[in-house]
Amino acid sequence: MSTETAEVKEEVKKPSEALFSKRRKRIVSDPLNEDNPITVQVLGICSALAITIKMEPTLVMSIAVIAVIVFSNLIISLIRGLIPGRVRIIVQLAIIATLVTLVSEVLKAYYFDMYKVLGAFVGLIITNCIVMGRLEAFAMANKPYDSILDGLGSGFGYAWIILVVAFFRELFGSGSIMNFKIFEAIGWESFPTNGLMVDSIGAFMVLGILIWVQRSRTGYVEH
Amino acid sequence: MQRSNTYIILFSVALTVVLGGLLSLASVGLKPAQQKQVELDTKKKILGAVMDISTYEDPNKILSLYDERVESIVVDINGDEVTTDEKGNPVVAEKVNIQKNYRFDASERLYPVFKFKNDPSSDQIDAYIFPMFGAGLWDWISGYVALENDLNTIKGVAFDHKQETPGLGARITSEEIKSRFVGKEIYEGSELVSVSMVKGEGNTGLTEHQVDGMSGATLTGKGVNAMMESYLGYYQSYISKVKSGDGAVALNQ
Repeated sequence: MSTETAEVKEEVKKPSEALFSKRRKRIVSDPLNEDNPITVQVLGICSALAITIKMEPTLVMSIAVIAVIVFSNLIISLIRGLIPGRVRIIVQLAIIATLVTLVSEVLKAYYFDMYKVLGAFVGLIITNCIVMGRLEAFAMANKPYDSILDGLGSGFGYAWIILVVAFFRELFGSGSIMNFKIFEAIGWESFPTNGLMVDSIGAFMVLGILIWVQRSRTGYVEH
Repeated sequence: MQRSNTYIILFSVALTVVLGGLLSLASVGLKPAQQKQVELDTKKKILGAVMDISTYEDPNKILSLYDERVESIVVDINGDEVTTDEKGNPVVAEKVNIQKNYRFDASERLYPVFKFKNDPSSDQIDAYIFPMFGAGLWDWISGYVALENDLNTIKGVAFDHKQETPGLGARITSEEIKSRFVGKEIYEGSELVSVSMVKGEGNTGLTEHQVDGMSGATLTGKGVNAMMESYLGYYQSYISKVKSGDGAVALNQ
């Protein structure tokens, strides 16, 4: 492929970049914190609200999203030299949709209970703005390895936020963590669960507080 | 870089073929595993109405338990057994889609009946399980209601729903709500009265035909009531046939 030969030539000219150079570390770490897709860019909110009632489905959703972002970034980056500019958005969409369908089929075959819980939301990864945003902004213009790192960064950036939201929602809404009844375990059987937390409104509140904490810590201001 | 139209069209065709091929492969390859999961899910729900199966971890154990304990037949609105569909293909109770049948008129639907035996070697039927389907507050609800062999007392229920409000209507799937139905009776003398959830929670002095309601989910409760009343009505001819001894044939099958 043309892209690969180009890479080889570059490596001959200058010493190759370290596998985990400073620049590459930043590609991964930025979206985790200062440039987080949810709390700073406020993308992917829909699923962050819908599937964070309990931690287990949230974990599965996180893995699904990370897999889709990483692989679509990789594929788009590999064929970026071949994609005609005029139809690039459709090409990106087709690849995301294919990957998401694959994830959904695999879930249905091997993890049916989770498939029922997540239902339409796995399919809705297609419309998750984070995925397409990364393809258009990064993978179309960067090498495959960097694109994988970028995908991991954005994926984990999304994952840790929804896991934190799910942690608080499950803790206060159902009195458990990963379906383990934590309050009963420590002898507080009459723990009053909060109905607001199992509702979407609870997710808005937790997410809002999280964004507030995050932004006041990094000093990010919207202009 | 501007590409020619021919290139764009060729690229799109190639991409479509590759992605389409990939999806078809995955779909065909995963089909058996998916069908097994759906089958397992149905059988789990049927068994869940009469016994606690949460201790069974191994899916194959559940399937073999189902095979030795459960017999099934399909009946029509008159309580007569249906063995073949209009095309002459055999009807399998486990494969009857209650949700699809719900779209037809009540008199044209297929009604599966699952007969549960405590002791696999005897002919004694210990519970009759009737699947049902209806409307909740936001979307469909469904259920399996198990009656003792007197065909009057509820042995257990299992409900499912698409999107009742979490924490409110969605509680119908919880053990707490399910256990409220156990031991209630659906007949008053010879008249079918079904069992209904009352409004509000923490009610006392409930009759044999009433169960305590769910606070904040009165409309889901009404959906459950309507579903149970209508479906028990549809199964009534079958129930009276079994009771009157006509069912002795069914018992000895």
